[in-house]
Amino acid sequence: MTDLRRVVGPAGEPLHPDAVPLAVAKALLRDMIFLRAFDERAVALQRQGRIGTYPPYRGMEACQAGAARALAPGDWLLPTYRDHGAAMIHGLPVVEALAYWNGRVESYRAPEGVHVFPPAVPIATQIPHAAGIGWGLRLQRSQAAVLCFFGDGASSEGDFHEGINLAGVVRAPVVFFCQNNGYAISVPFRLQTAAATIAERAPGLGVRGERVDGNDALAVHLTVTEALARARAGEGPTLIEAVTYRQGPHTTSDDPGRYRDPEEMARSGLGDPIERLTAYLRAQGAWSEAEDEAAREDARARIQAAVAELEAMPPPEPRDIFDHVYGAEPAWFSREREAFLAGLSR
Amino acid sequence: MTPSERRRAGTAAPAASREPLQRAEAPGRRELTLLQAVTEGLATALAEDERVIVLGEDVGKNGGVFRATDGLQERFGPERVVDTPLAESAIVGASIGLAAAGLRPIAEIQFMGFVYPALDQLISHASRLRSRSRGRYGAPLVVRMPYGGGVRAPELHSESAEVHLVHTPGLKVVVPSTPADAKGLILAAVADPDPVVVMEPMRLYRSVKGHVPEEAVPTPIGPARVVREGEDAVVFCWGAMVPPALAAARLAEERLSARVAVVDLRTLAPLDRDAIGEWARRTGRVLVVHEAPRTAGLGAEVLAIAQEEAFWHLRARPRRVTGPDAPFPYFSLEDWYLPDAQRILAALEETLAET
Repeated sequence: MTDLRRVVGPAGEPLHPDAVPLAVAKALLRDMIFLRAFDERAVALQRQGRIGTYPPYRGMEACQAGAARALAPGDWLLPTYRDHGAAMIHGLPVVEALAYWNGRVESYRAPEGVHVFPPAVPIATQIPHAAGIGWGLRLQRSQAAVLCFFGDGASSEGDFHEGINLAGVVRAPVVFFCQNNGYAISVPFRLQTAAATIAERAPGLGVRGERVDGNDALAVHLTVTEALARARAGEGPTLIEAVTYRQGPHTTSDDPGRYRDPEEMARSGLGDPIERLTAYLRAQGAWSEAEDEAAREDARARIQAAVAELEAMPPPEPRDIFDHVYGAEPAWFSREREAFLAGLSR
Repeated sequence: MTPSERRRAGTAAPAASREPLQRAEAPGRRELTLLQAVTEGLATALAEDERVIVLGEDVGKNGGVFRATDGLQERFGPERVVDTPLAESAIVGASIGLAAAGLRPIAEIQFMGFVYPALDQLISHASRLRSRSRGRYGAPLVVRMPYGGGVRAPELHSESAEVHLVHTPGLKVVVPSTPADAKGLILAAVADPDPVVVMEPMRLYRSVKGHVPEEAVPTPIGPARVVREGEDAVVFCWGAMVPPALAAARLAEERLSARVAVVDLRTLAPLDRDAIGEWARRTGRVLVVHEAPRTAGLGAEVLAIAQEEAFWHLRARPRRVTGPDAPFPYFSLEDWYLPDAQRILAALEETLAET
């Protein structure tokens, strides 16, 4: 892993202190503190039976905040089910992320002007979508670009190759952002592929590849920012491998004790992304205890408001099963809905 | 009886080129082949709406392996008629993205037998992007694919795989059997706010000719087409099964003095429940014909609807004339595999004899 791009060392040491302005670094730390607090609260809510199965992104906050903060407001984000952190950073309301994991229809509908796709669930299927969106933006002479998240497991799928290859051919303004967190549920990266890295797939697909320390928010932010600029300039897509570590289980239904050595995270040499950036900013005298406490308090308040909003939602309506299936609702479909609902109320 | 013996006997319709659907050229009525009508439909869509792009394998410079996109790249440029990499999932997946970004993609899958890698994109994504995004994004895309047997194609080129698509809410599936519908259904599909699969019967591409209006006349998605009226029985069919069904109905009139209606469903999802119910009630004797294997084929749904809508009007057991529950064979065997006028007539005889 010696070839990982870094701005901040594993213990917070400043390797390239001028690469990212302090104000940006501080904003990223606030984002990550919020994301960690959300993740911890969501796990607690699941344990209390107040939301459904939940996939924690703990340990991957530098990837999610660092990459998503590189987007401009009109850019498109395609998250996976574990990337609601990035989605919230790009403008998805916090309550909608919670609602999604509580199986509610009031979820993942990004506000007008914010482009966040519904989270990808079958693995890698969003990669061709990103290619198509980017291609469409280019054909419409838009300056917007696309950021597509996926994991190391997705790199084994056909859609990974089909989508990136096509994006290269049509020079789609897309950044393909792989969070290599070491595991696809229980399967470690060494069983996923005989290749040493994800980034080395890039030349074979005719696109530029980058490999970055995914627990270094500043390096992630810088790398994605540069890749988006190249995309907007018509230089085509980039495949970025951000090497990180999934600290938690695959989901709250998963027991990583069955397949993972608890000492492994320490051996990864990546450290914790929030501790790293905190140490970096502290060493520069740019992050006080009061700022830290304020960031935590702000995160708590935002999350509490979202939880309150979630729990104040009216009970789900069976009628919603039939919503948004068709753009122009056919008459037979309306009849089927009314017959179905009449049957329920008998 | 071998297929050639059947042909000599004058009852078989193994290849539609031998079907008597060709009409004499009438003055003032422009006649096109079904294939020419497809091309004209695509050209009209490209000319009318600059958001439309055509993409797929070999659709550009080569004009498609059947020439369905012949001349389109020359006329509309390589940015709008695009040769893609050979990757069905990426073709459909990228079309979803193009549609979400505001374009109106018309993708081609070279043969329906090659659509399976793209089923995840069609079933998990194209059909439900609208519902998954709670109406924020739609997927107004069209996916065209030649389907079916009867043209002596190599193996895996002759599939009739509609059943994998019609079971997916949110996805529409249409099948023309006339040149006018080939153009009209493409125009309706492009105008639809949701994903539409257009299955094109390759057996009819060059073997049927018919009048096609020069102007854009969409064929509405949903309503079936009554090909032939009749009160003694009804045959429901679509695509390349329409000509043999019609031939069988004519033979039934000649030999059995029975008046058999033929209804071309033309939209397979959503099915025209009203037409199925009405014709089942009017005739009381119901037949459905399709190329695909029998078990869980779309014919089962058609007959279920006929029974739900017209149970007490039925005078005979509903019947299916379909491909057998065996893989589509090498082409030397396909005339036996595919339903033809002889088999349809035999089933009609049975149903008409039942009291």
